Amino acid sequence: MSTTWSTTDKASSHPSAPGPSDDLRRKRRADKVRRLRTGLPGLLLVAPALAFYGVFVLRPLVATVQYSFYEWNGISTATWAGVDNYVRLLTDPDLLGPIVNALQLIIYFSFVPVVFGVIAAAIIRKMGASRLAGISRTVLFLPQVIPLVAAGIMWTWLLATDGAVNQFMRVIGLDGLTRAWLGDFDTALPAVGVIGAWVNVGLCMLLMLAGMTKVDPSLYEAARLDGAGPIREFVSVTLPAVRQELGVAIIITVISALRSFDIIFISTQGGPGSSTMVPGLEIYYLAFFEREIGQASALAVALTVLVLIVVLPLNRLTRSDSDS
Amino acid sequence: MNTTARELWTGRILLIVVMAVTIVPFVSLFITALHPPGTYPPGLALPEEFHWNNFLLAFDAANMGALLQSSFIIELGVVPIAILIATLAGFALGHLNVPFKRTLFIIFVLGLTLPFEGIIVPLYYQMRDYGLLNTQLAIILPLIGLFMPFAVMWMRAHFVNMPQELSEAARMDGASTWQLFWRVHVPLSRPAIASLAILLFLWTWNQFLLAIVLVDDPEKRTMAGALGAFQGQWGTDIPLLCAGSLLILTPTLIVFLVFQRQFVAALLQGAVKG
Repeated sequence: MSTTWSTTDKASSHPSAPGPSDDLRRKRRADKVRRLRTGLPGLLLVAPALAFYGVFVLRPLVATVQYSFYEWNGISTATWAGVDNYVRLLTDPDLLGPIVNALQLIIYFSFVPVVFGVIAAAIIRKMGASRLAGISRTVLFLPQVIPLVAAGIMWTWLLATDGAVNQFMRVIGLDGLTRAWLGDFDTALPAVGVIGAWVNVGLCMLLMLAGMTKVDPSLYEAARLDGAGPIREFVSVTLPAVRQELGVAIIITVISALRSFDIIFISTQGGPGSSTMVPGLEIYYLAFFEREIGQASALAVALTVLVLIVVLPLNRLTRSDSDS
Repeated sequence: MNTTARELWTGRILLIVVMAVTIVPFVSLFITALHPPGTYPPGLALPEEFHWNNFLLAFDAANMGALLQSSFIIELGVVPIAILIATLAGFALGHLNVPFKRTLFIIFVLGLTLPFEGIIVPLYYQMRDYGLLNTQLAIILPLIGLFMPFAVMWMRAHFVNMPQELSEAARMDGASTWQLFWRVHVPLSRPAIASLAILLFLWTWNQFLLAIVLVDDPEKRTMAGALGAFQGQWGTDIPLLCAGSLLILTPTLIVFLVFQRQFVAALLQGAVKG
């Protein structure tokens, strides 16, 4: 009751006092002008970056959304299609398939590397400053540095009928299982996934290692004194400490799965059939070969939204209190 | 004590296995590149005779001279400009009082997760309208824009941590904002700028999608984009394809091994701040 009274009181008192509020307004306006004037050099410094970003990122982003509501072959005039392109996206298996494939790739591009990365980092941390720890840190990261196209070429060769993978399987007596891994309907998607896993392990390992080195060593000593084994120690001390880095690793690798293009373009071109088709490649085919600009743009919008849907909740998880 | 030793050995063996899995593809590529051109060598077998000549053959066949030139034009167009404008923006957003500072920063951050595939279609028509398709500028200009979210965020993070007292002292001595930037802050920001430069160099070298969509002629592309074209061209000549791949990925390995520390620091800090 009393709060209601006081708020109405305040609200009514404001306009009824003309003198001071006029002054206040003038002062505020002067303040604003001054702030803009002192801020102008700063704004000018931001302008070039903003211009490039606006013209070559934001403008095309808006255009993608716009195109997605039209039917257009890139040459003749576009016709308004409303949400047709989006309806087709959800009903046509040829368009929905790539999205499902990309979601499956998350297991290989994200889950597997994060698990291996955590394990590798835990081992490396324990080795401290030994030479093996240093070397393995560098070696595991190498796949991150080379062009994804090169990774694709390497692995296409490894996974070929006469490649090293089959050769190895014959040596250990698994002759029956050998096949053209990237050309087989059942194994093509996992095979492409293995390439992504190989690329991403190093990044995950490095992120985890960065998180783990922040942990106070006395915590480990205390855990050991309490009789914790390596696994218990890992679960109760290490994992909570790397929560933020874990979140970052998941975000980066999930995005890399959803937007996979280079590796698949090189190794399978989406085939066999459309068993490894992903949104990025489908956008490329639709826009530049089948000339369905509207449909390609609708898929591009869907992909962008999908990335945001996945990233936003994960992002909240990783936000630490110390963030500015 | 006993358990620690066992743990250590299990750890070592696991690490060596993971390292082996990481290295084998490189070894396989290298060994295959030494086989006689035009053959279809089996997996990890050593050739009877090492054909070092393949690297020269691949260099010529791919017209690697022209390719390198194109790549360097693109690098020179992207890296210095991107660094300069991102540093200016990062300095303003991190260190100066800029109106709408927060909003501007959020606008940049929004681009961090944007997939390139999401804007490639309009980018193609935009470049066509500018008459830039099939020129290096078609790759350079969008790449600068696409690098801005990360680059601005990275430089801002650096400038946020620079003490304000430093700038106040320079102002007392009569420095303008421009002088403050060039004389005081840029010299102090060399490590941050160097890390960013290395990252942008590698990302430009490795850029594939923009290169294949916006430039038809492989000799006007980035290195990774050109590699995509070889694969189609020499899909059947495996040794030459492998030799060509090695030629293209070796510079990235060298840059990484030389600047490892800065590279990793930049990537980690950038990633965690993102």
